[in-house]
Amino acid sequence: MEYILMIIGAVLVNNIVLVQFLGICPFLGVSNKVNTALGMGMAVVFVMTLATLVTATLQKYILLPLGITYLQTIVFILVIAALVQMVEIVLKKISPPLYQALGVFLPLITTNCAVLGVAIKVTEQELISGHGFSILDSTIYAVAVAIGFTLAIVIFAGMREQLELVDVPKGMKGVPIALITAGILAMAFMGFSNLV
Amino acid sequence: MSKWNILTKGFFKENPSLILVLGTCPTLAVTTSVNNALGMGAATTFVLLMSNIIISLLKNVIPDKVRIPCYIVIIATFVSMVDLLIQGFAPALSASLGVFIPLIVVNCIVLGRAEAFASKNGVWDSILDGLGMGIGFTISLVLIAAVREILGAGAFMGHQFIPSDYNILIFVLAPGAFIVFGFIMALVRHILNKVEAKRKAKLTVQK
Repeated sequence: MEYILMIIGAVLVNNIVLVQFLGICPFLGVSNKVNTALGMGMAVVFVMTLATLVTATLQKYILLPLGITYLQTIVFILVIAALVQMVEIVLKKISPPLYQALGVFLPLITTNCAVLGVAIKVTEQELISGHGFSILDSTIYAVAVAIGFTLAIVIFAGMREQLELVDVPKGMKGVPIALITAGILAMAFMGFSNLV
Repeated sequence: MSKWNILTKGFFKENPSLILVLGTCPTLAVTTSVNNALGMGAATTFVLLMSNIIISLLKNVIPDKVRIPCYIVIIATFVSMVDLLIQGFAPALSASLGVFIPLIVVNCIVLGRAEAFASKNGVWDSILDGLGMGIGFTISLVLIAAVREILGAGAFMGHQFIPSDYNILIFVLAPGAFIVFGFIMALVRHILNKVEAKRKAKLTVQK
């Protein structure tokens, strides 16, 4: 039950993009078509889960015991950048179809602040009260957050496909109108705010 | 390009967040109040300036193939410094900016300037570029934060002047960030288009 509540909280109530403002760059950049948005979402699920698993393990067994948590930012960003490169190489060898589907999005994910943001966030707060810092909780939380990202970007892409057909004032074209649409979508997500 | 141009191009013409649409996450997240916006702007400007200086000095030493990881390490060093300094000297600011201080590492503006400017230019030009871009980023943050704080909390820099019964709460919440950012971006683009059109008209008249 605790896990179900945590997952609902991460996907809907505290949606990573629309409530916490992480990962806005891909949210605006790769949301022109529903299919590419879905591809990006899948890539984020894949990388975020792996990255959080690795960084949470590092935090628990290396940074915390040695008392060097002030190196967290440097260690995490390097691990994530290296991990994304490695995932790209491994996928290319092992599963070409999966690489075809996710490959173009992988380099973009290194600079996706959502991945680093979640990796840091899970070390700062207790996800389920009483559990303390746990690798399992962190990883499940990362999966849920990534699903929330996918949900938001796919809905947003659907709206932007319709926006293409609309006559918008010249200064508003492109990003500004997309941002205002995202604002209205965020308003809709506020409806979930007291769910958990 | 003159020195003055290098400094001022970041203010409006190539404003990192309003025109180039980089660093959108902090722009949306920390603009709930002008004080937060100034703090974030100062922290980003410091990191931008220092990383630009170091990268422009080391540009002939860093091998081309591993330049991105090198840049990231340099940037992350300064971000950790800023993080610890803010935690030590401004704990309230550190609490309200939260995770967005360490996230300056993945702010596309910093890495973007390192790649596009500091790795190709001398140290003085890089200093001007870093300062200009940082100030431009701060200007856009403060603009958005001012609108959101005045409409949403009825206050400016923490001084309340509209009674809280008449505040429009939505502007300090998440949707308000997107909407205000969208409208300010549209306004700035509109003004720049107008200015550009006027300049062109003047040129054709002179010819």
